[in-house]
Amino acid sequence: MKKLFLRVLLPAFAPLLLLAVWQVAAVRVDNRIILPPMMDVLHLIIHPTEDLLSMGSLLSNLAISLARVMAGYLLAVVLAVSIGITMGYYRPLFRTFSLFFALFRPVPPLAWVPLVLAWFGVASFATLAGLEYGRWYMYLNNLKISMVFIIFIGGFYPVLTSTIQGVQSVRTTLLDSARVLGAGEMAIFTKVLLPAALPTIVTGMRIGLGVAWMCLVSAEMLPGSLSGIGYLITHAFTVARTDVVIAGMISIGVVGASIDFIFRLFEERTFSWQRRSR
Amino acid sequence: MVMNNGSILEITDLTKNYCAENGAIVHALQGIDLDIAANDFVCIVGPSGCGKSTLLRIMAGLEKQTGGVASYLGKPIDRPTPQIGMVFQEYSLLPWRTVIDNVGLGPEFANMPKQQRLLLATEYLQLVGLERFAQAYPHELSGGMRQRVAIARALANDPDVLLMDEPFGALDAHTRILLQKELLSIWERHRKTIVFVTHSVDEAIFLADRICVMSGTSGRIMEMIDVTMPRPRERSNPLYGQLAERILRMLEGEVAKMGIL
Ligand SMILES: Nc1ncnc2c1ncn2[C@@H]1O[C@H](COP(=O)(O)OP(=O)(O)OP(=O)(O)O)[C@@H](O)[C@H]1O
Ligand SMILES: [Mg+2]
Repeated sequence: MKKLFLRVLLPAFAPLLLLAVWQVAAVRVDNRIILPPMMDVLHLIIHPTEDLLSMGSLLSNLAISLARVMAGYLLAVVLAVSIGITMGYYRPLFRTFSLFFALFRPVPPLAWVPLVLAWFGVASFATLAGLEYGRWYMYLNNLKISMVFIIFIGGFYPVLTSTIQGVQSVRTTLLDSARVLGAGEMAIFTKVLLPAALPTIVTGMRIGLGVAWMCLVSAEMLPGSLSGIGYLITHAFTVARTDVVIAGMISIGVVGASIDFIFRLFEERTFSWQRRSR
Repeated sequence: MVMNNGSILEITDLTKNYCAENGAIVHALQGIDLDIAANDFVCIVGPSGCGKSTLLRIMAGLEKQTGGVASYLGKPIDRPTPQIGMVFQEYSLLPWRTVIDNVGLGPEFANMPKQQRLLLATEYLQLVGLERFAQAYPHELSGGMRQRVAIARALANDPDVLLMDEPFGALDAHTRILLQKELLSIWERHRKTIVFVTHSVDEAIFLADRICVMSGTSGRIMEMIDVTMPRPRERSNPLYGQLAERILRMLEGEVAKMGIL
């Protein structure tokens, strides 16, 4: 009973309060463009496969967006983790490149848009793969290089920073003891540095995925985009469908929070050793 | 196994300087000469900061000397080798690995097949009496048990030389005496050469064939003392007390010179 209260009722309190306020306010405002009734939006959300504004359903747009975020994010993780581990381990490399990376870090992903458009235009992964028709063309053409790049920039820095920090804070005694036991450079990387830094890296990955997900709307506002949850929101705005805008926002929130939750669960399960060892 | 009966570790005119943060040069070691014969048990005592860890780390190949030579079986030591094992003062087990996987680390680095590795690791865990904890994680063990695992892990590589840097420093007196006895019995059965750094004069006398007393002011060896008392040594033996007295007086003089007292 107490568990039910703590686990379900307590966290649900604030969202439910918001819904109630919304419902009351919507009745008072009585203007669907400023604030649509809650039930309208709820209807959209519980029928996620219905076609909206002849742009496909909420669900299919979410799926396209997820694919874009994943493409940019995975690229970011692979690069940031490998660069981060080498920079964290080799001091001279760190000295050489940390300023370089620090310079680009404060630039918001959105500020890259003009450059990225000039570089990549509306080229997509289908263009890269040399496809011009067919099933795969349909899929890959949704992954515009410019969008993936913006998402990549967003996901890259949190992962890089946490990887460097994670590697640099590995105690030297762990490294020394592995060396004395005969570990080569490769074994140091894979069997000591990576596992020791992994909890920090995964935290960075969780934050990075959050940022990448947040870059989505800006990425999907780029030309060449005709789908995706971000595009759905901007398009719905131009045709004054505020209910679709809010439904889109809620699905971004729910998906983002779920991903975060799954990550946290994974962190807790896998890295219990870290909490319990000093 | 070592064939010649001469020295296994040979240290000649070894110096090590560090550059401190403020640019000053710290002479951590100066003109160290030390010959260690196979199967010897040598203890190094000296005031804090006199360079004991530095000396051990050079012997382990973890640190480069500024001058002089440190060699193992006639070959200069320039990198860590599995023949020279080391047990650290600080906690050095990999916290994300079970005890058995920690002990099997050396063989794993040497690419020994998993099955064989597990057998070997179990054998060494038995040696330190911890086979029941094979599947435990380091954080589930007490301090004494962790150091036992660290010792088993070093031994699993079957090194000729075991360097130990204040391995029992963080343990309570009782556990400490227990582990000293355990270490001696391992040393007697497995015929290793052990170089053991300690703060405790009592511990040095209990363990060592020879005690190397280092000077705190200059990073030099002040005196080598042969401990001739028969084993197992009794702390009640008057010779024990006399020797402790003598070494303590030397160290006190050193500490006074350093201006700490
Ligand atoms: N990486 C380093 N950089 C600069 N100075 C160092 C470094 N490592 C050690 N030193 C200095 O060298 C001297 C010897 O250090 P070392 O750690 O060998 O002493 P120790 O005898 O092991 O001391 P303790 O008994 O406290 O462990 C000290 O004065 C120390 O400040
Ligand atoms: Mg020391």
